[in-house]
Amino acid sequence: MALLTVRDLAVGYEGRAVAEGLHFSVKSGDYLCIVGENGSGKSTLMKTLLGISQPIRGQILIGDGLKKNEIGYLPQQTQVQRDFPASVREIVLSGCQSRCGLRPFYNKEEKRLAEENMARMGVANLADRCYRELSGGQQQRVLLARALCATRKVLLLDEPVSGLDPKVTLEMYKLISSLNREGITIIMISHDIPSAVRYASHILHIGDSIFFGSKDKYLESETGRFFLREHEGGE
Amino acid sequence: MLEKLFFYFQYPFVRYALIVGVLIALCSSLFGVTLVLKRFSFIGDGLSHVAFGAMSIAAVLNLSNEMLLVLPVTTLSAVLLLRSGQNTRIKGDAAIAMISVGALAFGYLIMNIFSTSSNLTGDVCSTLFGSTSILTLTFREVILSTVLSIAVLILFVCFYNKIFAVTFDESFSQAIGVRADRYNLLIAIVIAIIIVLAMNLVGSLLISALVIFPALSAMRLFGSFKAVTICSALLSVVCAFSGIIISILAGTPVGSTIVAADVFAFFICYLIGIFMGGFKK
Repeated sequence: MALLTVRDLAVGYEGRAVAEGLHFSVKSGDYLCIVGENGSGKSTLMKTLLGISQPIRGQILIGDGLKKNEIGYLPQQTQVQRDFPASVREIVLSGCQSRCGLRPFYNKEEKRLAEENMARMGVANLADRCYRELSGGQQQRVLLARALCATRKVLLLDEPVSGLDPKVTLEMYKLISSLNREGITIIMISHDIPSAVRYASHILHIGDSIFFGSKDKYLESETGRFFLREHEGGE
Repeated sequence: MLEKLFFYFQYPFVRYALIVGVLIALCSSLFGVTLVLKRFSFIGDGLSHVAFGAMSIAAVLNLSNEMLLVLPVTTLSAVLLLRSGQNTRIKGDAAIAMISVGALAFGYLIMNIFSTSSNLTGDVCSTLFGSTSILTLTFREVILSTVLSIAVLILFVCFYNKIFAVTFDESFSQAIGVRADRYNLLIAIVIAIIIVLAMNLVGSLLISALVIFPALSAMRLFGSFKAVTICSALLSVVCAFSGIIISILAGTPVGSTIVAADVFAFFICYLIGIFMGGFKK
């Protein structure tokens, strides 16, 4: 059984569908990229998968013993976070929140998990630094470490490289790929179709035409060829 | 000067004022950080004007205990305001402005039409600037304020990590299964309680100062949430304490003296912040 199965899903807000007729499934270990133009409903789809928004129609089935609160999420940065006084350690620890339930404080194991994930993302030396003083790439690593505290299985990433310079973008993609090789399923929204095609195993394209399938099939499909050609023409 | 202080401390109402003042300052500063960061600096203003409106209705109705009407009305407005911030046609700041000036106008109108008091201007001024109310607390009000303050403190400590998570990143918290809406509701209710308490101390026009200045000052100096929270609590307590003492000695109005002390502290922190920032670079 797949980790995540989506059947005839329509997503949107206030009862108005932004994207509909979505059929796809994600297996354990997949690397799925969700691509499409601005306003095609990528972020809304992700919010619906996370349970933050309600689906308008259709079903989302969760399998493989995955629990709703075992999903790691890397949201787009908000304005609030840019001047938030918080140390890196505090932020990474907050990823353990779902393990706490109603217990008010973190226990030893959660603190160890936070340290472990900071080391894994290479931000252990920044643990006591203030988040707002870090560079964009460092901030994303901190948020990734936080997401890893919440999950061992699935990561949902909402445009993890937006606003990063090319070198840091490349590092970020490599980091995500290495997490995928360690067995973490990746579901990522991206604007960057060439990179999506390079790293992902599967592509979900939403917009006027909807495509879901493996990367190779996407490259052969009409939608894929059209968008890749357009991208190359644009450069 | 000390003799004069000792002389005043013989009166129970001065001691009450000091205890209640410090407790209120402590509570209001704790949630200040969250409010400033959530871009709700002005909610204190809006809510206190609602409380003012409710208080004038209570006065007209001749209720013996004003809190019974003021607290629920303010809490309800807080819930509505914090909810409206997320996804509505009227954006957060506009909603606050509407409710705050609306309640202020109706409050004054009602007081003017129905009031039996001979010194209307004095009454209004006292509610707006809290000129003497902290010094006229009855024993029952002191107990009520103390109990509410301690309840706020306990709530804050117990939910500290959750409040941090929800303030820093609401969608992440929701995604990992934290009921962010419940904590937002909790924050709204606690804020309303703090506002109603703080009206006694500084009056409804100056409450925002009590909530945001300590937080903003602490944010100049520290980079972690814990340090900012502790620092702003300390600053707020020190400012409230010294403000009350100064006002007793110099005969100045209590509320505005406390706020003046908060402003002064902010400038000192601002300068220290610039100085330290210079060193770092």
